[in-house]
Amino acid sequence: MNATVDLLVQSAPFLLKGAGYTIELSFGGMLFGLALGLALALMRLSPRPLLQRIAGVYVSFIRGTPLLVQLFLIYYGLAQFGWRLDPIPSALLGFTLNIGGYTSEILRSAISSVARGQWEAAFAIGMTSTQAMRRVILPQAARVALPPLGNTFISLVKDTSLAATIQVPELFRQAQLITARTYEIFTMYIAAAFVYWIISSGLAFVQHRLEQQANVYVTRR
Amino acid sequence: MSEIEVRALTKRFGGAEVLHPIDLNVETGEVLAIIGPSGSGKTTLLRCLNFLETPTTGKLKVGAIEIDADASLARQTARIRELRQHVGFVFQSFNLFPHRTALQNVIEGAVHVKHVPRAKAEKLGRVLLEKVGLGEKCDAYPSELSGGQQQRVAIARSLAMEPEVLLFDEPTSALDPELVGEVLATIRDLAAEHRTMIIVTHEMTFARDVADRAIFMDAGSIVEQGTARALFSNPNEERTRRFLSKLLRS
Repeated sequence: MNATVDLLVQSAPFLLKGAGYTIELSFGGMLFGLALGLALALMRLSPRPLLQRIAGVYVSFIRGTPLLVQLFLIYYGLAQFGWRLDPIPSALLGFTLNIGGYTSEILRSAISSVARGQWEAAFAIGMTSTQAMRRVILPQAARVALPPLGNTFISLVKDTSLAATIQVPELFRQAQLITARTYEIFTMYIAAAFVYWIISSGLAFVQHRLEQQANVYVTRR
Repeated sequence: MSEIEVRALTKRFGGAEVLHPIDLNVETGEVLAIIGPSGSGKTTLLRCLNFLETPTTGKLKVGAIEIDADASLARQTARIRELRQHVGFVFQSFNLFPHRTALQNVIEGAVHVKHVPRAKAEKLGRVLLEKVGLGEKCDAYPSELSGGQQQRVAIARSLAMEPEVLLFDEPTSALDPELVGEVLATIRDLAAEHRTMIIVTHEMTFARDVADRAIFMDAGSIVEQGTARALFSNPNEERTRRFLSKLLRS
């Protein structure tokens, strides 16, 4: 028992360092991915067939191929043509492109869910489409999009473990390296699992609070 | 020169012509009621006046702004937007912005479209909400208001743009009967101020009392028009008689 505690105490700094990368990649992937997702959603909703088509193909590819394969394509695949990216930028790029595809669907359906009358009311007071989107539609769509986006974020935290396969020293890889030295497999992976759990729970809590905040104007009655 | 001039306005949805060529004049300060059965095109006509529906053909003039539906509308978007700032529209289902308070709803257009300074807009907004009887509800969200209150906020919102013309699309049709009166009273007050207004409504008694002129539409055309008093008490056309007798009977 003491040996286990010692091991955990000794491994803690490494695991936490790995967790730092996990958080960095999750937040970065989510932030840039969401921006990309919004752009793609607007393309899908655009009246121009070419924009719709391009975004549609992109989303289909992202959703139709494993994240692991996407990461390999970027880190190992591109290197074959001479484009060498370091592990962390590769992982960040991969997660961004991936999250962009998934969040575009969430945002597209959230925007579509806002009643047509809201567009009409915005136009009736002389707003442009852009003004209507910014002031009226997106704020309402954001409320609808919050739960699935929260889910996506939490999933991403766990998916960052795949970055281990492209040499990123994140949480899972740290645990893996220590098991290789010490053979304490169960202890290390349970510790890693615990850290993932804490991060995810933190995000779930934030999501819950944001949802409460967003629903203020709906449920005040 | 009329405030509103409509010439040869038509509307097609797919293969069907929903509005046959419509010619219409509305004078400044005139209250026009549009009545007719469902599907007669009265709402479509009203929505064409601020381009919520795009007319298939025709010419429209509101005040000094002229739009030609026979020409490319894509080139006239700036003018359409300008027209919409001069034409207030009140929807059957209110369409208030749920994420904004009553006051914020009212001043949204003034602040973000007309670029009125916020403080000035808020002052005007409070006056307008007071005018429609909702002075103490400035900070309430639409979800906290009854249907009649929401519609009155919607009316205040359209007034905040200081429009030359007000369009009402069946403003009380979505309301519980006991809430209809307060909205009609608000509209009555506006009519007494000699604003140019067009009201599509099923409230016959109200239309007869408040309107200066009325038109009866059926199957996409204006069947009959005249002074409100004449049209409601002594219509010329058989179809008008039949429609009115059905409604007055119930």
